[in-house]
Amino acid sequence: MPARKTPRFLLLPVLLFIIWQGGTWLGWMPQGIVPSPEAVARAWYVWIVGASTHSLSPYSGTWVVATLNSTERVLEGFLVASAIAVPLGLMIGWNRRTAEYIDPTIQLFRPVPITAWIPFALAFFGIYNASAIFLVALGAFFPIVINATHGARNTDILLLRAARMLGAKPAVVLRSIVLPSALPAIFTGLRLGIGVSWTAVIISEMVAVKSGLGYALWDAYYVGRMDICVATMISFGLFGFLSDRLVLLIWRFAEPWRRHGAQH
Amino acid sequence: MTSAIQVHDVWKRFTRAGRTIDALQSISLTVEPQRFAAVLGPSGCGKSTLLNMVAGFDQPTSGQVLVNGAVIAGPSPTRGVVFQEPALFPWYTVLDNVTFGPKQQNRRAAEYIPLAEHYIEQVGLKGFAKHYPAELSGGMKQRVGLARVLIMQPEILLMDEPFGALDAQTRGLMQELLLTVWERLRQTVLFVTHDIEEALLLADTIHVMTARPGRVKRSLIVDFPRPRSLDLTASPEFNQIKRQIRDLIRDEAIRAEHAAPD
Repeated sequence: MPARKTPRFLLLPVLLFIIWQGGTWLGWMPQGIVPSPEAVARAWYVWIVGASTHSLSPYSGTWVVATLNSTERVLEGFLVASAIAVPLGLMIGWNRRTAEYIDPTIQLFRPVPITAWIPFALAFFGIYNASAIFLVALGAFFPIVINATHGARNTDILLLRAARMLGAKPAVVLRSIVLPSALPAIFTGLRLGIGVSWTAVIISEMVAVKSGLGYALWDAYYVGRMDICVATMISFGLFGFLSDRLVLLIWRFAEPWRRHGAQH
Repeated sequence: MTSAIQVHDVWKRFTRAGRTIDALQSISLTVEPQRFAAVLGPSGCGKSTLLNMVAGFDQPTSGQVLVNGAVIAGPSPTRGVVFQEPALFPWYTVLDNVTFGPKQQNRRAAEYIPLAEHYIEQVGLKGFAKHYPAELSGGMKQRVGLARVLIMQPEILLMDEPFGALDAQTRGLMQELLLTVWERLRQTVLFVTHDIEEALLLADTIHVMTARPGRVKRSLIVDFPRPRSLDLTASPEFNQIKRQIRDLIRDEAIRAEHAAPD
C-alpha cells in the first residue's frame, strides 16, 4: 500500500481560510472592513476579465495592466540594483583598497529607510516611473551588495593561492574564483533584494506614481473597496513568491556543478 | 651550481592578539636541483609557513628565501604547490581544473587538452575528466591536485602534507604514485610532512624540525636506492633509521649521534 503523504503545508492555510470564511458567515468580522472570500473572488474576477456590461469602474479589467506596471518596475529596479551591487560587492569583498574607499559610505547610507527617500525621489524624478524604479533599485541594492561583499570576503584562501600559483591574473581570479565561490551569498542577497523590491514598489506606487498594484491598493482603500485591497494583497503575495522561485531557479542554472552531488 | 632552493637564516614572527610568536627561528636549508627534500616536524612547528614562503604566499620577517639564486617575487607556475586540502575549484570539472594553468598562459586548446589528458591518465584518473571534484574521493582529488601542477612542468614541486588527510591505504598508493612520477620527471621537491615513514620512503634528504619555535634540528641524507616502493618500509634498515629519527625527535640529548654527514 502506498503510504499516504500528508501535505502538512496545506493545514495552516486551510485553517486560516476556514476562519476567514466562517468568520464572515457568522458575522464575527466587522461588515465592510473584512470582505468575505466570495466577495474578494468576485471583485478580483471582474478586476481581471472586466464586467459583463460596459463599466467605467477602475476595477474592471484593469488588473493585468496594473500588474504589468508593477512587475516592470520591480524587474527594472531589481536589475539595475543587481547590475551595480553584484560587481561592487565582489570588489569590496575581494579588494581591501576598494573596501576602504566605498564600504563606509555604503554603511552610512544603509540605515536610511527606503521610505525616507520618497520626498527626495519625488523632487528629483517627479511623479514618473523613474521615481519608482529609483526607490526599488535603492531598496534592493543594499541586501545584494552586502551579501556579495560577504561572499567574496569568504573565498577560501587556498583556492585564491592555488589560482595565483597556477598563474591567474587578478581579473581572472575575480571572475573564475571569487565570483563562483560567492554565488550562494550573491543569490541570498538577490532573494532578499527581490523581496525588498516588491515592498519598495508598493510604497512608491502609493505615493509617487499613479499606476500599478500599489496605487490600486491605496486608491481602493480610499473608496472603501476592501475586496480589491485584499485581492491586491494576495496578488503581491503571489508575485513575491513567484519572483523568489524564479531567482532560485536561476541560481540552480548558475551553479551546474551543484547538481553533480557528492556520491563518494 | 646554484641550489634550487636556498633558505638562509629565515625568521618568521607573528603577532596575534598582542602576543608575539616566533613561528620560525633562524631556519637555514638548501635543496639541490632534482633532489627530493622532506621537512619533517610535529604540527605547529612552522613547516607549512616555510613552504608558503618558498611558494611565494608569505614573506619572511627576516632572512632570505632564494630560488635558483633569486629572491621570490610571488607565486609562480614554476613552483607548483600541492596543498594539504586538495584546493580544487569545485565549479570546474577535472579537465578544467587541470587545464586552468595552461589557459592562463594563453596556450592553444589543441596543445593543452591532449597534455591534460596525458597527465590525468598519469595520475590514474582516465575516464574521470568530466567529473566534478564533489564526485571524487579524497585520494582522487589529490591526484587531480598533482596533475594540475604537473601539466605546468614546474621546476620545483612544493607539497604541504598532501596525503595527510587520506586513509593509510590510499596514502600508500599515492606515495607510490608520487615515487613513480618523480623518478621519471625529477623535479626539485620540497615535501612537508609529520610522518617519519613517509619522509624516509620518499626523500633524499630529511630536515627534522623542532616544535615551535621551529628550527632545523638535524638534516639527514637518506640513501636507499631508487626506484623505491612501499616494500622498502618493511626492510630492517628502513625501520632502524625510522626508530633513530623517532628518538631524535623525542630526545634532544641524542641528536649528536645522528648528525647528517654534510
